[in-house]
Amino acid sequence: MNNIISDETIEYVGILAKLELSEEEKEQAKKDMGEMLDYIDQLNELDTSAVEPMSHVFPVANVFREDVVTNGDGHEKTLENAPVEKDGGFEVPKTII
Amino acid sequence: MSKEYETVIGLEVHVELATKTKIFCGCSTAFGAEKNAHTCPVCTGMPGSLPVLNKQVVEYAVAVGLATNCTITQNCKFDRKNYFYPDNPQNYQISQLYLPICRNGGIEIETEAGGKKIIGIHEIHMEEDAGKLVHDDWEDVSVVDFNRSGVPLIEIVSEPDMRSAEEVIAYLEKLRLIIQYLGASDCKLNEGSMRADVNLSVREVGAAEFGTRTEMKNLNSFRAIAHAIEGEKNRQIDLLESGEKVIQETRRWDDTKESSHAMRSKEDAQDYRYFPEPDLVPVIISDEWLEEIRSKQPEFRTQKLERYEREYEIPRYDAEILTGSKKLADIFEATTELCGKPKKVSNWLMGEAMRLLKEHEMDPEDLRFSPANLAKLIGLVEAGTINGTVAKEVFEQIFAEDIDPEQYVKEHGLAAVNDEGELRAAIEQIIADNPQSVEDYHNGKEKAIGFLVGQTMKVMKGKANPGLVNKILKELL
Amino acid sequence: MSLMSLTAVELGKKIKKKEVTVREAVQAALDAITAREEAVNSFVTVDAEGALAQADEVQKKIDAGVLTGPLAGVPVAIKDNMCTEGLKTTCSSKILYNFIPTYSSEAVLNLQKAGAVIIGKTNMDEFAMGSTTETSAYGETKNPWNTGHVPGGSSGGSCAAVAAEECSYALGSDTGGSIRQPSSFCGVTGIKPTYGTVSRYGLIAYGSSLDQIGPIAKDVTDCATILEAISSYDPKDSTSIKRESYDFTSALVDDVAGMRIGIPRDYFGDGLDDEVKTAVLAAAKELEKKGAIVEEFDLGLVQYAIPAYYVIACAEASSNLARFDGVKYGYRTKEYDGLHQMYKKSRSEGFGPEVKRRIMLGSFVLSSGYYDAYYLKALRVKALIKKAFDDAFAKYDVILGPAAPTTAPKLGESLSDPIQMYLGDIYTISVNLAGLPGISLPCGIDSKGLPIGLQLIGDCFKENKIIRAAYAFEQTRTYTHSPITESNQKEESK
Repeated sequence: MNNIISDETIEYVGILAKLELSEEEKEQAKKDMGEMLDYIDQLNELDTSAVEPMSHVFPVANVFREDVVTNGDGHEKTLENAPVEKDGGFEVPKTII
Repeated sequence: MSKEYETVIGLEVHVELATKTKIFCGCSTAFGAEKNAHTCPVCTGMPGSLPVLNKQVVEYAVAVGLATNCTITQNCKFDRKNYFYPDNPQNYQISQLYLPICRNGGIEIETEAGGKKIIGIHEIHMEEDAGKLVHDDWEDVSVVDFNRSGVPLIEIVSEPDMRSAEEVIAYLEKLRLIIQYLGASDCKLNEGSMRADVNLSVREVGAAEFGTRTEMKNLNSFRAIAHAIEGEKNRQIDLLESGEKVIQETRRWDDTKESSHAMRSKEDAQDYRYFPEPDLVPVIISDEWLEEIRSKQPEFRTQKLERYEREYEIPRYDAEILTGSKKLADIFEATTELCGKPKKVSNWLMGEAMRLLKEHEMDPEDLRFSPANLAKLIGLVEAGTINGTVAKEVFEQIFAEDIDPEQYVKEHGLAAVNDEGELRAAIEQIIADNPQSVEDYHNGKEKAIGFLVGQTMKVMKGKANPGLVNKILKELL
Repeated sequence: MSLMSLTAVELGKKIKKKEVTVREAVQAALDAITAREEAVNSFVTVDAEGALAQADEVQKKIDAGVLTGPLAGVPVAIKDNMCTEGLKTTCSSKILYNFIPTYSSEAVLNLQKAGAVIIGKTNMDEFAMGSTTETSAYGETKNPWNTGHVPGGSSGGSCAAVAAEECSYALGSDTGGSIRQPSSFCGVTGIKPTYGTVSRYGLIAYGSSLDQIGPIAKDVTDCATILEAISSYDPKDSTSIKRESYDFTSALVDDVAGMRIGIPRDYFGDGLDDEVKTAVLAAAKELEKKGAIVEEFDLGLVQYAIPAYYVIACAEASSNLARFDGVKYGYRTKEYDGLHQMYKKSRSEGFGPEVKRRIMLGSFVLSSGYYDAYYLKALRVKALIKKAFDDAFAKYDVILGPAAPTTAPKLGESLSDPIQMYLGDIYTISVNLAGLPGISLPCGIDSKGLPIGLQLIGDCFKENKIIRAAYAFEQTRTYTHSPITESNQKEESK
């Protein structure tokens, strides 16, 4: 493998992705990610210096809404699937210490 | 001997735009609704929902950019800023990083020394606001309310061009005025429709490089901003003086404690993994569209100042106060249009209105009365229907509850007594009751007449026409 | 013969002629599900009660002359990544184990307007990440042709349900081949339309710039008819395209005379199974016999599509799947200490290994310092791939090739080596990167008795060319094999 993924990198990506991996999963993730990056590195065989990155395939632009209220009271539907509801909102662990 | 330091400040100002609906869905942006009432699948990050851009947001952003001398990015795009937080329903915020809608602008402020200085604007970008977290005082939980989630914001990023709290305040006031003139936002710091994050570093005077900066959040008033700048400047200087280093970090200002603390945790990597938002297409602002927005720009303060002096013939000082608030200027112009007496209108606004605002600790933007009612009040005074004292009383009612002065005067029997017969009878009685004052008057004590006028007003319960009282008194004496 | 052996259009005609009631049609689908689900496991959720209630409603509208379209009353199965109001939608993930949407995806609404009756939600690879339908949290789906084999993926449940005649047709979604590859493995026909043709509103996103919903059915006529029903300009989807025409059925013409068909040599190299190659080239010959001009050419860049795809799709997925955090819907872990642990435990317990693998990769390629090297590089390669197709379509009306390098592999063979599994999408993935339409339809059976799929790729908005070519080929197809015949025989012998 050309891409050796360190423990720190897996730890860091876990923080970014909010995923907690077991030791076993971490080892697997290091191996998988290294192999995938090796595979992805073949893109470097292509000279793309003169190519603009393409995010949208079609040149569509300016899709807008008019500034008109179309939605009514949505609280019931919004909360329908809440894992934990409290006082008309979504309960989460306290965010301020 | 301690070294001399210079403070370098840049601001990130978030402004909630005055649209009727959110940036990416048809939910209302109105304040005061029940929790999560103004929500839908889009602004709560429901699976499969997709954003559609509110055109008005683009127009406001361009208008602010033009008014702050920015270059408009005629082909701009949205990006996703990825971070986890419960008030951020998708756990990414749709914002702009790579191609913000406005760049390279600046506004002129007046410095303490009376000089002028340009504060550069690095960029202005469009983005969505987050929801609100309500913290439970008793249990160890917070509750998420998404009513504000998706309210449109522009973030105005300045260059690090400010050197003192005074310059910061001057810049913010100028910026606020421009945006208020545009009608793009009411810019209330205390309600959060204008929020400023302060980026601050210190360096030795004469140093070429900037020092390490910190970012200060949660500043809800000009006072808090000034205090936070002072506090952070001193904290950084203390660190440097004691041989320590300033750490680049985000700090939260606690207004009650008048101190700040770092917001860092090992779970916040501050790596936002921006990438182009695939669910939105680019915004292309044609020359025609740009011209259309430009042509709709309102008259700004400088033009108004000049016009007020020329057209309304009011003093520069008055014009400066009146144009210092969009609301005040609007009321002034509308009232003048109705009653045709600019100086009178200006006197009411500069005098009584300002006094009451101060008394109630309010901002001119909070004025709620209609120009029609002020115009009617001026009409009543001019016609002699009410006297000055009564007029002030009526104005307080207009200020508080926007009452119709004509109706109010009628209902409360406040019309001035202009009946000469009635006044003459009352004054004759007062002359008879106060022989000493009459004698003093005849002995040359002009002041004595004031006492007699006062007595008359008292008897007439303040409603007598003062001119008429004077005239009759002089005749009778 | 069961009503479920009819094509959707045939069944629709019978319902229209009052030869069959909607309730009978729906009951036939439910009976087939009862008989075969245990062996195949195409569905995550079967809504028998709801389907029968819908059947009565639709019948009333047909009788009243309100519903007159070809799909009125015909039972459909929906891939479980499309939101259905009031009907559980899981994406085959534990993290959405109890999610009941309060809204329906636009494609589903369009089908309902056409009088479709939804009988249930089909199994898939978790969040559409996979090529075998083995990454589902609700058990793997098996290939109705041979239950020891996978149905393909990620729309494996939809394709298996159509092949097992548990529904008349189904909707799938295709991000890198997820309609075409399982269609090929299950011997059914599926179309991935031009990006922007079917609204993505209500489709739970995997790779937003690549995802498209499309029909899966027994034949080309059904697919064109269904595509006509589900495609629309949707103001709720900013990437939805206002097309000049949404008429696809007029392309159902047996005439390819003069049509220019290109066969990319790069699609017939190493890794392609000989039997698949023979069947696909035989199909090309059939079209040539009908007057098409068939020639080989070099498309180029084929090997780069997969790495570019994984960078783009995983990056978008890492962001799209961030919303599953235990706050607003779905699974929240039972015990946690503080916000970040709640996030991490809910997500780690809620997502399966393949989803985690792709989220990790996507987060990494977007992270500070790697964005240019990986993400922007992939977007540049995407531009090159699009250009290669543009050049090809300057010369050809249709590109012809296999849908997959092999027929369906055995269960459990693929997941151990991710890159090997990803290589199975080599012929389908570049179509998504370029936003093109593609169709997969059966063109033979291999020596193991498994179906082989032919893929036809068209230029943007040129669905009608591939529909026409596919329809013309379909007329020449001689075998009338159905997996159900075999499974019925097995049932009888028990």
